[in-house]
Amino acid sequence: MTVYFTKEHEWIRVEGDTATVGISDHAQEALGDIVFAEAPEAGRQLTKGKEAAVVESVKAASDVYAPVSGEVIEGNPAIADDPAIINRDPEGEGWFFKVKLSDTGELDGLMDEGAYRDWVKTL
Amino acid sequence: MSKEVHNGPTDETQARGTPYSGDPQGGAGTEQPTLDKLPLDSWHREHGGRMVPFAGYEMPVQYEGIIAEHLWTRENAGLFDVSHMGQLLIHGRDADSALEKLLPGDLQALGDMKPKYSLLLEENGGIVDDLMITRRGADFYMVVNGATKDGDIDYLRRRLPGEVIVDYMKELALLALQGPRAAEVLETIIPGVGDLTFMQGGPFAWQGHNLWISRSGYTGEDGYEISVPAAAAADLADAIVAHEAAKPIGLGARDSLRLEAGLPLYGHDIDAETTPVMAGLNFAINKRRRADGGFAGALRILAELENGAAQTRVGFDVEGRQPVREGALVLDGEGNEVGRITSGGFSPSLQRPIAMGYVATSLAPIGTPLKLEQRGKLFDAKVAAMPFVPHRYYRKGAA
Repeated sequence: MTVYFTKEHEWIRVEGDTATVGISDHAQEALGDIVFAEAPEAGRQLTKGKEAAVVESVKAASDVYAPVSGEVIEGNPAIADDPAIINRDPEGEGWFFKVKLSDTGELDGLMDEGAYRDWVKTL
Repeated sequence: MSKEVHNGPTDETQARGTPYSGDPQGGAGTEQPTLDKLPLDSWHREHGGRMVPFAGYEMPVQYEGIIAEHLWTRENAGLFDVSHMGQLLIHGRDADSALEKLLPGDLQALGDMKPKYSLLLEENGGIVDDLMITRRGADFYMVVNGATKDGDIDYLRRRLPGEVIVDYMKELALLALQGPRAAEVLETIIPGVGDLTFMQGGPFAWQGHNLWISRSGYTGEDGYEISVPAAAAADLADAIVAHEAAKPIGLGARDSLRLEAGLPLYGHDIDAETTPVMAGLNFAINKRRRADGGFAGALRILAELENGAAQTRVGFDVEGRQPVREGALVLDGEGNEVGRITSGGFSPSLQRPIAMGYVATSLAPIGTPLKLEQRGKLFDAKVAAMPFVPHRYYRKGAA
């Protein structure tokens, strides 16, 4: 299992050809109180860099971009029922969706956890 | 992740190009205007305030979190720094009748030390700003919005006769203490404030400093606005938050509180394109001024009072959980655009989305079903009574 991060503050946990995607602790902290989240439905085809999900805090609405391409296996129903779960546990229970990777090569060039945490400190 | 839509008075915090917007350049290359510092700048930072650009200042958008701060203010007492607002003293011969040419309030009959909500108007009836004005003896104390104060001062100086002087009292800070425990907290620091009733003010002294305090605010709760010399503001803020019922509250909760209270925000819900009648602010024009006119925009405004305005400001209950924000369109049952959302968001007290905006007056009755369109998505909504959360002002004989 390997975890990657993007400069758009998403994390991708890869197991075989399956990836779980969410937003980083830094992202939830920056957004503040999250009041709405919408994960993609199973079966939807995601394209790297295109909209995949929506997250809204009291102050702002944001799109979550697909960090990798592939077919959605499962959206997390818990984030729609209790969006604050993303604030409480962004890199665990607050995951957004699982996707079957169509091109593992897309993972090349993403940051590992150490590189991401170091980079965030420079922001 | 990228921010797309922003909300309310803290727009600038969410502008594209901030480090959190997904712009890898972090906004490099975009011009950053110089920001002024509030008298309490370092106080906010010491108390964990997240500072953002607003109205030309760095201001705290939140401390511990907007929802927690919002609910704290509804249950206890919240301390807001609103020193970005302009505190003006207007004085000189016949200042009242001179001001009445620009404002629709009855300033000649205005009781001493009784703040009144009023509006600075354009000749075409549009709103230059909304404000609070208080007669203090022969002078008028006026509090105007932060983002508009420079324009207001220019407008007042240009339009008032030479013998009426507009002083911008830069050396004063302005704090607001709001919430059901505000009186209990402030009375321990400044004895006597508990005797004020809603929309009543007075001079007070604290540790040798002259204060001006009125029982008023922008949250729908009981509370006070406190004008204090900038040099003493941090000490006073310390004394207030030393009370276990008081906490500092940021701009984010200020916006969600005033939205629940149904109060318009200048630059969003009212502006130069809206009139007092469209905005439902008819109460700011009293009987004598309606009969006599003689204020900027009277021609249009008196006609609208008589016949109604084409558009009206209303509240909306929005179905579902997703906030519908400023800029969303209002559609009728046939999909025609009949208005626009001017403020909207998630109500922490009601735990659901609420909004405010304009619709064709024929569609303004409470309960009218309408659709809202935001980023290509349709939402069911109904025209709702405002305030969304009842006001709890401290009125004479009420407590």
